[in-house]
Amino acid sequence: MNKAYFEILRGGVNTTIQDKGRNHLYHVGIAVSGAIDQRNFTLSNRLVENQLNEPVVEFAYQGPLLKLKNGKINFAISGDIFFKIIRKNLEVEDGECYKSYILDEEDQIDIISTKNSTYGYLAVNGGFDLKKTWGSYSINTKANIGPNDGKKYSLNDKIFIKKSDTKNIIKRKINYIYSPDNIIRIIKGTNFHYFSKDAIDKFFNEDFLITNLVDRMGMRLKGPKLENIVSTNIKSEGLVRGVIQVPADGNPIIMLSDHGTVGGYPKIGVVITADLDFAGQLTPGTKIKFKEVSLEEAQNIFKAYTEDTNNYLNEYN
Amino acid sequence: MVKNISNLGDAAVYCDFGSEVNEAINASVIDYFHHISKLIKDKKIEGITNLTPSYNKLIISFDLTITNYKKIKNFIEGLTINRDIKNKNQKIKIPVCCDDEYGLDFLRLTEKLIIDKDKILELYFSKEYFCYMTGFIAGMPFLGDLNENIRCDRLETPRLKMPKGSVGITEQFANIYTFESPGGWNIIGNTPKKIFDDKNLDQPALVNPGDKVSFYQITKEDYLNWNE
Repeated sequence: MNKAYFEILRGGVNTTIQDKGRNHLYHVGIAVSGAIDQRNFTLSNRLVENQLNEPVVEFAYQGPLLKLKNGKINFAISGDIFFKIIRKNLEVEDGECYKSYILDEEDQIDIISTKNSTYGYLAVNGGFDLKKTWGSYSINTKANIGPNDGKKYSLNDKIFIKKSDTKNIIKRKINYIYSPDNIIRIIKGTNFHYFSKDAIDKFFNEDFLITNLVDRMGMRLKGPKLENIVSTNIKSEGLVRGVIQVPADGNPIIMLSDHGTVGGYPKIGVVITADLDFAGQLTPGTKIKFKEVSLEEAQNIFKAYTEDTNNYLNEYN
Repeated sequence: MVKNISNLGDAAVYCDFGSEVNEAINASVIDYFHHISKLIKDKKIEGITNLTPSYNKLIISFDLTITNYKKIKNFIEGLTINRDIKNKNQKIKIPVCCDDEYGLDFLRLTEKLIIDKDKILELYFSKEYFCYMTGFIAGMPFLGDLNENIRCDRLETPRLKMPKGSVGITEQFANIYTFESPGGWNIIGNTPKKIFDDKNLDQPALVNPGDKVSFYQITKEDYLNWNE
């Protein structure tokens, strides 16, 4: 029997394969990559009874239009997404996120757009038939690493699917509540003292706007100019996800999953791990505020975040 | 030696080896890097997801679901770095074509440095360089130190697209753009040699921290006929 696959009828803005990420390569200059919103990535796999680190399709803003060939599958979409299922007989169903569906041969999934967020995830029971590179299936378009020659998907590309179980599947639903409050919690960065008292006041009290310069590498913000009183350059050193660098123009940049592995701008802060999912989902035009927490608080918030995720994972409907 | 250890956010440890940039400090960073890499491989420490050595810092990223800052900090403080385990650093020779179509910034450099192109090339090619670190983009080596007469600031406006293979200089450092990428270094030539090879799974980067690199000039014909 021929293998089932998605034929891509529209690539969408930035459609890639992502998983938990690729470790132990920062020292050669390769970012971790991986799903920007790790919780939604995990939930999408849960909805179709996959291992939680099974690679899924990540899309941004306008997603792909996919036609299923040679088979029958069970799939689910997580995120805040507007999508439709176009059946072979041209009947159209409104899609609901956090719910698993059966898709038949020649049916289509039209992922029209994300709503108040940037990324969404499509998981298929059984997973996609892909090759691992350095322990991960994530596509890194910056270094052209991963499936599809490390490039985002476009028209006529195919994504092959391993055997999908549609017989023994319990249709599943998770009642996911997404309530971002637009406050990003951070821990002071290693160059926090490079900034004037006035800059620090502004950093924690004024609004910052997410600009249009947002991608999987990072997020440029615009707000009051943050005055640097020491030096606007440091000797290049390692970066991690969530680092907030402030270049000479005084506007912060938040590092996301595909960030350059080293950088030479002062680090004013680092977004706590528990807030990375929702920070990465923020859309251009959104205003946010930064709030300082201690390392201990951050660790406790992360515990609560993990418990929350586990509660969703254990929900059976 | 590590002078100070602090946290970089809630999932990374920031080891500070000092503020100067020199081979001795960097060699110490690289010793720690190799030593900890081996402990990770031998499963003597769990939860570490990445090590990022740079000129004088080492950043250790970890998985917050497995470990935490305090545990990793204690682990680092308890290490005795055995300097006998010398990693086998390589000597690498890299061909560069410096014709004007590849050496994009000679006009700027000759104006800023007030020396001619031949002199820049003579000073550049006569030295062996030390690889302090790799990064920013996959496999990009940060090499030093350049002769003092060819040190120049970054471009005022970075290029949006540096051609792949571009060989750049800025301040006391030299680098190679392993992929087309935005960038602000002064470009003196281009290498046809593969500096990053994702098919080589064990060691994708040709140049690694601690290696010695020298460059040699090739003609455009050699460049175009380059075959590996």
